[in-house]
Amino acid sequence: MNGEAVIPSEKIDVLYKRLYQEAEAAGYHLNPDQEFTRGLVEGLLTNEQRYGYWACPCRLATGDKQKDLDVICPCDYRDADLVQWGACYCALYVSDEIRQGERQAESIPERRPPEGQRLQDRPARAPARPGGEPALPVWRCRVCGYLCAREDPPAVCPICKARRERFERFW
Amino acid sequence: MPEAKGKVSGPHSENRIAFYGLSTCIWCKRTRQYLESEGVEFDFAYVDLLQGQEREEVLSRIRQWNPATSFPTIVINDTQCVVGYRPEELKEALGL
Repeated sequence: MNGEAVIPSEKIDVLYKRLYQEAEAAGYHLNPDQEFTRGLVEGLLTNEQRYGYWACPCRLATGDKQKDLDVICPCDYRDADLVQWGACYCALYVSDEIRQGERQAESIPERRPPEGQRLQDRPARAPARPGGEPALPVWRCRVCGYLCAREDPPAVCPICKARRERFERFW
Repeated sequence: MPEAKGKVSGPHSENRIAFYGLSTCIWCKRTRQYLESEGVEFDFAYVDLLQGQEREEVLSRIRQWNPATSFPTIVINDTQCVVGYRPEELKEALGL
């Protein structure tokens, strides 16, 4: 064995409940297949133990947070995959259709671009706009698209709970 | 947590099968369960549990078949590859 500490099932329960409540409060849904979803929650906790952050359980993390930023759960690709496939890549999050059992979650193609073409690989963008600078900087959450005009991005996205480092300057 | 690598024996040993997965991935878990339930013999490796040179070697092998290096990747007889949890495709490819 690899000597990793086993995640206690109470810890999985606590995080499962938290993610469930946060998802429902923000209009998202966890996969109703409890065994499947608990397995993914365990994967998130394993990755937290390994790397210090919630790298997607279904993607290979490097252990370098900056390189893995786009696949820290909820990943940058979740919302687009929910629209196209009804589930995110690992299928922790699903559409209402799948939650209702009208459609099954499936293993979907990888949307993440290859290394070197990811958002964190490109210089930070603050696009030029005609008409001068805004009164306040506008920040965009890369996970869910939430926008806010303030000096600095919030510590946690009020919609999808992504952390501050997932915000980009939008205007 | 599964072993990092190894072999699963089974009555269906007519194909040479390499299963590459992640120990935290539930699609990988389902795929492995499918292969085991069908009695298929296969070699397996969990890339997240491998380190250094060994991880790089396995990744470059996966990349030849699946440039996105996504998981699970199942290579059959060094001639065919199935990516993701696809029991129907595996069934056909393995003649089950």
